[in-house]
This record gives sequence, structure tokens and C-alpha cells, in this order.
Amino acid sequence: MAYDLKKVVVEKPSRFTEGHRMCAGCGAPVVARMIMRALKPEDHAVIANATGCMEVSSFIYPYTAWTDSYIHTAFECAGATCSGAEAAYKSLKKQGKLPQDKTTKFIAFGGDGGTYDIGLQSLSGAMERGHDMVYVCYDNGAYMNTGIQRSSATPHFADTTTSPAGKVIPGKMQVRKDLTEIMVSHHIPYVAQTLAMTNFKDLYEKSEKAIYTEGPAFLNVLAPCPRGWGYPTEDLMQINKLAADTCYWPLYEVVNGVYKITYKPAKKLPIEEFLRPQKRFKHMFKEGNEWMIKEFQEEVDKRWEDLLKLEQITNQE
Amino acid sequence: MKKMSIRERLSGNEATAIAMKQINPDVVAAFPITPSTEIPQYFSTFVSNGEVDTEFVAVESEHSAMSATIGAEAAGARAMTATSANGLSLMWEMIYIASSLRLPIVMALVNRAVSGPLNIHNDHSDAMGVRDAGWIMLFSENNQEAYDNMLMAHKIAENKNVLLPLMVCQDGFITSHSIENIQLETDEEVKKFIGEYHPEHYLLNDKEPIAVGPLDLQSFLFEHKAGQAEAMRNAKQVIKEVAEEFEKWTGRKYGFFEEYMLDDAEIAIVCMNSTAGTTKAVVNQLREKGVKAGLLKIRMFRPFPVDEVAEALSHLKAVAILDKADSLNGAGGALFEDVTSAMYVNKKQVPMVNYVYGIGGRDTTEAQIESVYNDLQKIAETGNIENPYRYLGLRKERN
Repeated sequence: MAYDLKKVVVEKPSRFTEGHRMCAGCGAPVVARMIMRALKPEDHAVIANATGCMEVSSFIYPYTAWTDSYIHTAFECAGATCSGAEAAYKSLKKQGKLPQDKTTKFIAFGGDGGTYDIGLQSLSGAMERGHDMVYVCYDNGAYMNTGIQRSSATPHFADTTTSPAGKVIPGKMQVRKDLTEIMVSHHIPYVAQTLAMTNFKDLYEKSEKAIYTEGPAFLNVLAPCPRGWGYPTEDLMQINKLAADTCYWPLYEVVNGVYKITYKPAKKLPIEEFLRPQKRFKHMFKEGNEWMIKEFQEEVDKRWEDLLKLEQITNQE
Repeated sequence: MKKMSIRERLSGNEATAIAMKQINPDVVAAFPITPSTEIPQYFSTFVSNGEVDTEFVAVESEHSAMSATIGAEAAGARAMTATSANGLSLMWEMIYIASSLRLPIVMALVNRAVSGPLNIHNDHSDAMGVRDAGWIMLFSENNQEAYDNMLMAHKIAENKNVLLPLMVCQDGFITSHSIENIQLETDEEVKKFIGEYHPEHYLLNDKEPIAVGPLDLQSFLFEHKAGQAEAMRNAKQVIKEVAEEFEKWTGRKYGFFEEYMLDDAEIAIVCMNSTAGTTKAVVNQLREKGVKAGLLKIRMFRPFPVDEVAEALSHLKAVAILDKADSLNGAGGALFEDVTSAMYVNKKQVPMVNYVYGIGGRDTTEAQIESVYNDLQKIAETGNIENPYRYLGLRKERN
């Protein structure tokens, strides 16, 4: 799986095209485009999309930004919808009703609302049943499409429109659900956590593995949201980098139960570096709120240490 | 003429599962719920024994059952499911989406009371909850009709002028679990009648990728909804033609509704599903006594045969419409509203009363049906309807 960004971009035309209406500085289209590029040019794909920013911005009748076949049904059921299309493929192929020399791959996209929360059951069912598909969660840490309401992916203390930082309650009082680990517990062949960093190598390679691993695969991809997070649109890539360098969003993959951390920052940055540029964490930097940063740091450290241990344990002979 | 039919003894669920086996759909996605559970059970046995080509998707909920069925049908497969009551309630969101995407999905709905409180027995509250969802709805008096409606379903739903999902309803337990004599057709004949499915546009066609299920705003949604309504109107003619073809094949005749002793009747009951069987028995008894009683049994509830129903009832002196679901709106049940509206629009003036009956599986006896005809005789004589919104079989004292 040799990877050369220039070659990939030049030789593989974008299958998620221009004209979509996602915001400037949004992480999601960058992620979608790169994942779609990981498909072999000769393969067809069926994309299932949960209701959310990506869907309402990429397929407004009569225009679509997708060059492959695409289906959107509702918010909570991208997993099930995709699994039905995949079952149809299996059945029709087996019966000789589809060309035997062509391959169709199945990819579902959902935001954290459609994946961590309302769509968790549908995702879990689809993965457990073993469909040959990839579910991609583009995690922007809140219900951004309806106007920045908290989700179970929203980080601790974040200011959202349903967990506002007020005089008594300083933002979201619960820590973030670890969906990637929940998916690992489904014992599926491939689970990975990634984001769009530097030359997209991590994202591209994991996408390729997820798409071409037989059976169910899950990708959790951080996709910053300038409106919800409160950063200047041009800082998207910098925010991504800080998420990885502070170990807020560790990059790793779990192949048949074996953990591999794919990026270990040479110098793990303090969490303030990730929090400070974002307006949703602004209140954490007020005098007297140092405890919030401390708690946040402790949670990040704990999860990172756990991950290091998991890598060690699962790689023992 | 008639040939090769197979005499059997089957429950309604078995008959439905066997129809599905003969249809041999590409995908079935289903979740168990009483009283339709047996359908996916029997069907998964056919799958496990290699008797069908179907991929069986044992989903984790009815919401996912309908979502996966939609995904499969949109992908280019013939996809089916079965459910009841709360299962249908959980599907509700996807029921509307299935019809809006113009997917000819076929579903077996084994009618049961929708919670709450929880009750597993038959009434029609589940079906009535989706009566405006854009699905063709066929009702079945008995096992034979449940089987026959299922055999006709795909030819109706997949017709190019229709392309709408279709549900075949039968009464939970009363029909689904009762074993009756039935005529089955041979696998080969069923296959020949239904034909192969060749969708015009589908997700798995790599030569023509398509996008399904857009954000559809003020500029187009109205027209798309009008298109669904037009397809529903078109379905009427197709249902008629398919029934004619079916009759030529099997000798069994189906209309939009069945008229039982209605031609010369003076009073009549309108109802759906298994209650029609009880009503026929009562009509026979009353006829022996010289009472001119009749029955109109609705088979095609959606699209509703407005003009034909009005015409068929126009000569009567009094009519009772039996609703096995209460609309809880102070204005009568759904079937009553549809029938009275049909009469009004067609300028037919016949005294009509509504009876809500059989809720939560409450038995409906011949004596109760006879009491309705007695009421109708009084109305026919006097023309007086003191209360058009009545109950049948409700205990006076409440528990």
C-alpha cells in the first residue's frame, strides 16, 4: 500500500465532487473525498448517508456531489440501510444477476449524532451481522446540522447550545463516549481512529484497509467544525494536528483485535494547546477554572495510557 | 381451466411464508414480533435449507428491518419483510420513506393492537396508523386470501405506473394462527405469474450510478408528493387487471371489495378481514329468516375505492361500518370516515352508523353482529340515528 499523495490526487479523480454546500473550514468533506479516493478506480461504490450536515449539503434535489451510487433514508439508520444494499449485492451476485467481474463496495457515512447516539443500535446491528461494509463516523463532536447541540461525542466542558457554559453549569458535564472502543468490542476485523493530518497518509491508508478488508469495518474520523468549535476556517489542519499531538484524538487501528498506534507524537503537547484556539472551551481559561483543564488533561492522559497498554498487551507473543 | 392446485391445511402465517418462498425474494429483513414472528421463522428455515436464493437479514429492530428492506430494494433487489403492531410503529418513519422513494417493497402485516397498554391480540390499530403513508393496503378475510393477496402483490407494486410499496394485512391469531384448508399453486406457476424483477434504476447498476433520498425542499417536494398520489390512483386499475389475470390462472376472483348478498340487500355491514367471515354466517341466518341483510368486505383499503363503494351501497336503507380500531377523535373510525366521505362526494344519502369493535382481540360473536343488523333494521324503519358513533362488545361497567 505504497502511498504518494500527489499520485493519489492526480491519478484518482475525486468521487465526492465540487458544488457541495458544506462550510468553509469544515473537516467532513476533506475526509469524505479522501476516503472515496481510497476506492480502486475500477470499483463501483454504494454510499449510505445518515441525515446530517454531509447529507443535506451534498444531495439537494436535483443536484448531487456523489459520482457513485448514493442512498440517504433517515438519521438513525445508515448502518441498516447500507446493510440492506450489501445483502442485495450478495444475493444478486450469488444468483448471477450482476456482472461477476465487477466489484461494488459499501460505505456508510454518519456524523457523531447519527452514529454515537441515535444510530448506535443500527450501526451495532450491521457490524455484528458481519456485512462487508465500512461505516465511517465523521465526528465533529455535536449535532452541528441542527445548530450545535451536545452529543455523547461532545468533549467534557464544551459549550454547546444544549450544554451551554452558564453561571452554574460550565458546559457539558460528562466525558466523551469512546465509540471506537465500543466498535472494537464488536470483534470485527478492522477498526481504526484517524483524522486528516499532514499529507493524509494515515487517513488514506486506513480507508483503503477498511474498504478492502472483507467483512465489517469501522472508521472513526475526527472532523472539526468551525461553527461549533469556534476556530478560524483556515486553521482546520492545525486543529487536526493539535488533536493528534495532544493525544486528544489518538491515531490507531485494531486489526483482528491487535492494536497498533499509528502516530505517537515525539512530544505530547499539553491539552491547552488543543483547547485554547477553540471558542467552545473559552470558559475553561477563566481565572478559577484551572480545575477544568486539569480534569480534562487527566482524562486524556488516562485514555492514552490505556491505549498504550492495549497496544502492548495485544502485541505480546 | 384449473390445474395443479395443491390442497393443504395451513395457518395464515404458514400460508404467507409459503407464498414468500414461492416468490423467492432476493432479500428478506425482519425482526420477530407476535403474532407475525412465525413468518420470518418459517422463512429462515427455507433459507437455512437452501430452498430459496434469499439473503435473510436478521436485523436488530423493526426500524432496521424497514431500513434494510429499503436499502435492498433500492439496490435492485426484490425485498420483503413482515411485522405487527409496535413493530410497524417503530418502522413508521421508514414506512413513509419507502413509499416516497417509490420502492415496490412487499410486507406482510399481521394486524395486532398497538400499545398501550401492551396487548398482543388482534385489532387494526397498527394498519390504521399508516393508512396515509402511501402504501397500497390489501386486507384478507382468511388464509386463502392472505396467500392470494401475497401472490398478486409484486405484480401490482412493481408495475411501472405504480411503483409503490404494498402491505398484505391479515388478522393476528384469528387468521395468522388458525389452520384452514387452502389451495396452493405450484412453485413454477407462481414464478411464471410473478415474473422476474427488472428495476429501471438501481444502486447496484455501476453503468448508471444513482442518488436516492435527497434533501427535497420547497421547489420540488410538492410535485414529488403529487406523483405518489397519482401512482396510488393508477394502482386501482393495475389491482383490477392483476386480479383478472389471477382469476384466469386460479379461478379465484378478487375485486376491490367483496359484495356478499348485497345486490338485493336493504341493510348492510361494511368491514375488513376476518370479521367478514362471521358476518357472512350471520347474513346467511338472517336471510333464512327473510331479513335482507348484506355485506361489503373491503379488500383494497388503499387506494380507497371511493366511487365503487358509494355505488355499491347507494341502494341500501341503512349501513353499519365496523372499525376494528378507534380513531379516538370523537368523529368515528377511519373506515367510517372513508365510507361516509365517499358517499357524500358521490351525492349518495344513506343512513350510516359506526361501530368500534374487537379492540385488543375482544371476541366478536355472531350474536353481536346480529345485534348490529337489528339496529340497522330499526334505522331503516325510522330513519333515526341517535348516535352514529357506537361500540360493539364494550362492557358497560369499566374495569
